[in-house]
Amino acid sequence: MNIIDRRRDPGGKSLANRQRFIRRARALVRRAVREASGKRSIKDIDKGGDIVVPADGVREPVLRRGSQGGKREYVLPGNKKYVRGDGIQRPDEDGGGSGASADGQGEDDFRFALSDEEFLDLFLEDLELPDLAKRQVLGVEETKPVRAGFRSAGPPSSLSVSRTMRNSLSRRTALGRPRPQDISAMEVEIARLDGLEGQEDKAAALRAELERKRTRMRVVPFIDPLDVRYRRYEQIPRPVARAVMFCLMDVSGSMDEHMKDLAKRFYSLLYLFLKRRYKRVDVVFIRHTHEAKEVDEETFFHSRESGGTVVSTALEEMARIVQDRFPANQWNIYAAQASDGDNLPMDNLNTINLLKNAILPLCQYYAYLEVGHARDNGGGDGSSLWRTYEPVVASDERMAMRKVSHRRDIYPVFRELFAKEGAGGTGAEAEA
Amino acid sequence: MSDDSVLTRRKKSRLVKVPEPAPSSLLFSGPDWNFETLGRIFDAVRQIGEGELGLDTYRTQIEVITSEQMLDAYSSVGMPLFYKHWSFGKDFARNQMMYNKGYQGLAYEIVINSDPCICYIMEENSATMQTLVLAHAAMGHNHFFKNNYVFRQWTDASGIADYLSFAKAYIAKCEERHGVEAVERLIDAAHALQSHGIHRYPGKRSMDLATEERREKERRAHGEALFNDLWRTVPQAKGKKPATKKKLDEERRKAILKLPEENILYFLEKTAPRLQGWQREILRIIRLIAQYFYPQRQTKMMNEGCATWTHHRIMTRLHDKGQISDGSYLEFLHSHTSVVMQPEFDDRRYSGINPYALGFAMMQDIERISLTPTDEDRSWFPDIAGNGDAYGTLKSVWANFRDESIISQYLSPHLIRKMGLFHIVDDHAEDEMEVAAIHDERGYREVRRALARKYDVARTDPDIQVVDVDLAGDRRLELRHNVLNGVTLEQKDADRVLQHLADLWGYEVRLVEADDEAVYAEHKAEPMKPFA
Repeated sequence: MNIIDRRRDPGGKSLANRQRFIRRARALVRRAVREASGKRSIKDIDKGGDIVVPADGVREPVLRRGSQGGKREYVLPGNKKYVRGDGIQRPDEDGGGSGASADGQGEDDFRFALSDEEFLDLFLEDLELPDLAKRQVLGVEETKPVRAGFRSAGPPSSLSVSRTMRNSLSRRTALGRPRPQDISAMEVEIARLDGLEGQEDKAAALRAELERKRTRMRVVPFIDPLDVRYRRYEQIPRPVARAVMFCLMDVSGSMDEHMKDLAKRFYSLLYLFLKRRYKRVDVVFIRHTHEAKEVDEETFFHSRESGGTVVSTALEEMARIVQDRFPANQWNIYAAQASDGDNLPMDNLNTINLLKNAILPLCQYYAYLEVGHARDNGGGDGSSLWRTYEPVVASDERMAMRKVSHRRDIYPVFRELFAKEGAGGTGAEAEA
Repeated sequence: MSDDSVLTRRKKSRLVKVPEPAPSSLLFSGPDWNFETLGRIFDAVRQIGEGELGLDTYRTQIEVITSEQMLDAYSSVGMPLFYKHWSFGKDFARNQMMYNKGYQGLAYEIVINSDPCICYIMEENSATMQTLVLAHAAMGHNHFFKNNYVFRQWTDASGIADYLSFAKAYIAKCEERHGVEAVERLIDAAHALQSHGIHRYPGKRSMDLATEERREKERRAHGEALFNDLWRTVPQAKGKKPATKKKLDEERRKAILKLPEENILYFLEKTAPRLQGWQREILRIIRLIAQYFYPQRQTKMMNEGCATWTHHRIMTRLHDKGQISDGSYLEFLHSHTSVVMQPEFDDRRYSGINPYALGFAMMQDIERISLTPTDEDRSWFPDIAGNGDAYGTLKSVWANFRDESIISQYLSPHLIRKMGLFHIVDDHAEDEMEVAAIHDERGYREVRRALARKYDVARTDPDIQVVDVDLAGDRRLELRHNVLNGVTLEQKDADRVLQHLADLWGYEVRLVEADDEAVYAEHKAEPMKPFA
């Protein structure tokens, strides 16, 4: 008998098959993923989870008998009252005596769980960052230790034994430190001479020599502090692609919870998306009424403010923060603005100038999302901000804007904004 | 297995109750175990299994795995290595979800019919459970694999591991050469026909998996050796054409193709006009693997019965000998009783007859008949009743029967009464189902026959055969489903499978469902994306 411990064997033997399965059911899974994501809260949007796909797409057909018609026989255990010749009412439809023949048919849906990674991959499939021109712009945030020679001081953990011993050996050789085996050989010799007659002189000479060597051995140590060497590391900076995402939002009284929720969903998607493309993503929240302020996430989404609406203040604040903390030549800058479209009419000109001259040149992409209620749609030719932005959007491809009035629109709108050239069709189709 | 254990076995096999000397010390205490404990447990289990019961087993290889690895093993039909295919990924995805949500537990072990016999045991099991698992798998199943005639006839335990590794490598190589998609589509088609890729009767072909790989190489080398580009330029002999043109009569045609043939995959592999060499080889691989699993389907109930009876006996003996504590024994009984529980038909938990329950009950019943028979048993089973050699009787039963035959031979009136088995006939021409037989004097034989039919694999699989093909003409492949009791094939699935078949065959395919009296249905399929 052999006992083999397999527990340490690499797991995931079925992973390859699992991936094949997902690839096979890709279209189905993708649709299911998108449906599932519509129902989720923002926090869970990047979590994996149960996916149900119609079994038809992944069916493995075999030749088997149908469940209807013909003459069937059953043998069942646990008879209590029946005698030969009794009639029994047929159970509804299925024809199976108490489920005796319900052998795994009626498998309409196939349910399984996706991992977080798989879910996101499918969720963000076919999306691409617009204007990747600055992706080469790299920060120097991370450093990596690289071996660079030796040094004579350092922590014990980086002691280089081989280098230390090499130094020790050459020093011992140079200073003539006697080898232990020489000394023991001399001791043996002395003992031999002691046993012989008439060799006292020789033995005495040897003794003196031995004494001299012992002294030498004490004076020249095996390892001297001089020998000790430590490995030396240098911190080499490593370029890292990084991005900052500005979330601008109007928090004046006219923005209600529903609108904020829509905005938040959009920001979450954008964040997820950026996070997959950049190693490091910073998020800056700027809220504004008639004045703008950088806040933390909690305040951004939940605290209420009152006041008028002056969009340009937010843009100014953003420009300032970029100047202070995110130099445009080191950061990829994305901005998403959400608003119900109100702006102080006299501010419109100021806003558009700021946008054109200060903000857009800094940005990789600037998305404006107009949130509203479904009932508002169809009337008029857009809000004041919408009309203000229209000419900019037409002339600058770094900017895009969309209207959203319902949760379920967020994802399609997001896809529209980031769909790969040529892949837009499939995205829309999958939505339909 | 060493020689001296054979000797001990012979000596003790006739003894049923051995009065035990002073109880030996416990094998383990508490639920924890380590490899040393496992070794001790195995030795104790084997001492009883081989020494007292006289079981004859392959060498055992115990492999300890984690629950994740158990899940992995589930999805490749329990085999340690298997070729890659999405359908296994589908099973894995489902099992994983069911397991993670707690809908389904995992088996305590998986045992593989190979030499050495591989038992996977889970690290989570307590020491008692490991004892149970070793008694069940390493003794019970192992003995059954080695001795049952169906396994001996159809499977080659020493070759399976090598063959699977050859299959895996071969299919991976094909994927490299011909593209993953082409191979996957072929395997899809082959899987659809897998249940009809089995030789049910041993003919002149003998199974020797070890030489399969060599033969494949030889076939290819032979093909290459014969290939000579010059032949292409040789003008076709004119004299031959009239001979092929001459209409062969149907009888002769069928005789040449050895029709009818129920092994559809085999027929395709040998005859399909448009398949390439590697495609035929993959069909062959899938058909041989199906063949390897065929005995398991025929002996499921018996195999589990044998293993369950064996573990029950070994655990009881261990307890008698004082090698496991009362607590362990109770833990074992708890697990054992839930395994052999048979809900009655009107119970919500009922989902068919539990093979463990029926198997265990039959083995116990056979033991009872051979030791303490009643007059009824004597008249029903004169050959074994009261022969006093329970172990010998059981071993010969395990060696010489399969599910269907053991039921029709040894299901006793006593057990039919005990389980309250009754037979229902559901004729869709009638308004109601009818109770055809119950557990009474008039019904025993009928119940027994009906139950045996349920376990007859050749009967539960629809009987579909290739009946005709005119290779010289339109090459349409004709199949026939010999309909039994008027039950036809599931329409949608049949059409799908037929589509696969048409793609493999490369020409039109027609399946007629009929019996002696009527034609029930006809399915047709044209190749849409033929393999070539």
